[in-house]
Amino acid sequence: MLSHLLIEVYIFVLAVFVGFQLISKVPSVLHTPLMSATNAIHGVILVGAIALASSVHGTLDVSIAVAAVFLATLNVVGGYVVTDRILGMFKKKSAERPTE
Amino acid sequence: MNTLLEVGYLLTAVLFILGVMRLRSPATARSGNLTAASGMAIAFIVTVLKYHSYSWLLIGIAIIVGAVVGTYAAKKVRMTAMPQMVALFNGMGGGAASLISIGALHSSWSHGISTPGSSISALLTILIGSISFTGSLLAFVKLQELISGRPVTFGAQKLVNGILLAIALILGLAMVISGGKHDFLTLTTYVIIAVGLGVLVVLPIGGADMPVVISLLNAFTGLAAAATGFLLANNVLIIAGALVGASGTILTQAMSRAMNRPIQNILFGAFGKVAAGEGGPLAGTDGVVQTASVEDVATILAYSRNVVVVPGYGLAVARAQQEVRQLMEKLNQRGVTVRFGIHPVAGRMPGHMNVLLAEADVPYDSLYEMDAINPQFPQTDVVLVIGANDVTNPAARNQPGSPLYGMPILNVDQAQRVIVLKRSMKPGFAGIDNPLYTNPKTSMLFGDAKASLSQLLRELDDV
Repeated sequence: MLSHLLIEVYIFVLAVFVGFQLISKVPSVLHTPLMSATNAIHGVILVGAIALASSVHGTLDVSIAVAAVFLATLNVVGGYVVTDRILGMFKKKSAERPTE
Repeated sequence: MNTLLEVGYLLTAVLFILGVMRLRSPATARSGNLTAASGMAIAFIVTVLKYHSYSWLLIGIAIIVGAVVGTYAAKKVRMTAMPQMVALFNGMGGGAASLISIGALHSSWSHGISTPGSSISALLTILIGSISFTGSLLAFVKLQELISGRPVTFGAQKLVNGILLAIALILGLAMVISGGKHDFLTLTTYVIIAVGLGVLVVLPIGGADMPVVISLLNAFTGLAAAATGFLLANNVLIIAGALVGASGTILTQAMSRAMNRPIQNILFGAFGKVAAGEGGPLAGTDGVVQTASVEDVATILAYSRNVVVVPGYGLAVARAQQEVRQLMEKLNQRGVTVRFGIHPVAGRMPGHMNVLLAEADVPYDSLYEMDAINPQFPQTDVVLVIGANDVTNPAARNQPGSPLYGMPILNVDQAQRVIVLKRSMKPGFAGIDNPLYTNPKTSMLFGDAKASLSQLLRELDDV
């Protein structure tokens, strides 16, 4: 039990380091899409919500879990769609239409 | 069956990391987002394959409705409203984490299988997730201007927050020790306090500090997701939560550094009130403000070689992004180089101004970060400041008494000439005079940014 927890702590600590390394190199031009993309990434909480919803019984617990599924889906889908929309607007000069 | 799940989650974690790596350049960023989304799809599929449940119909409905509403909102939102949209989606994630933990904790109590470890993870998630949930919702309501964006403060605010947090921690400890016998009421009280704390933390924070708050709440939801991962022994949640927690923390630091305000200052001291006493009378005691006509400005711009535009949120408020892009194109046709110098806190969330300009088809290779553009100002013929104020205030560099002193600014006063498009002489958000406006190099063009720029575009045809 303890060793299991310890492995999870290992994973967490290493992932934090990876996160700091990755994100500190993102230019400020992209900070809004970065934020909205990472916002969508934490929507992976959806898998936790599904896991819970399919393992609990009783009206109260099921309602709570289904509500969690709904909120998490909003987070994931909305997050990715909005990030894609933002990034679709970033264009380079060379890709511009020919000068009128 | 578990192997498939774990391998799927590993793949998801790798795709998340690769996705964020590709977000480091505008050229690859869009595919990076798709990479992360495909990771999400894998996690979703292996999870659905793993569980057999009687609740699939309900779960399916929740997913379909959530996906439809999320897509609709994401497609409809205006780019100026992006900060509140991100806050809203972020709050949903925090709320989901909190609900999962409430459900898991309650269920483990009724089966008598709760352990101190799982209780601590769950209670921590409930606290962080609920603060993120209501905090984000309040940030949304403020940014959407459903209520005033002004800081709301009352006397014993810090004390009240501290007492509530202490009560929550005591209740939490009691639940961990008792292992959940007859603790439903305690849990309910705990949730209510956590939800209330979210409101109380964001209430005293003003609209202009929102870039910091949104970053911070993003980090909170990340941590809540990671804590849920500990609770459910789910590694992909731990990794994703840690990534987001790190990113939110970095952005929070970057924003508070760019505003020259330590994070505790933003959270606990309402800025407008602190600075108001030091604001002083309007517009320079030691200089004269020079105004320019639209014709003057058109001539100056047309006969310069390189121009740097410094946009602030006032530009977006006036909805003048299209006019700015047209101005850039017109000047480019005359052989004038036009670049944009963008302060990190321009806008209502980190990097917001870049998005607003990208939406108006300004190519991203014309957008320069503060550190990249600052050394260029001495060789710049004209700087055009549009709807920006405090981020150009030289007092931040040379007046140790000023509340802005030490804040990194765009050194526009080092250019040969400065033209400021501004509505009136009213001071900026910080309520502080800007000596830039009385600098002999500076000319002011008063009026609405959109109207001034439209006139400027017409005048340029006649120069």
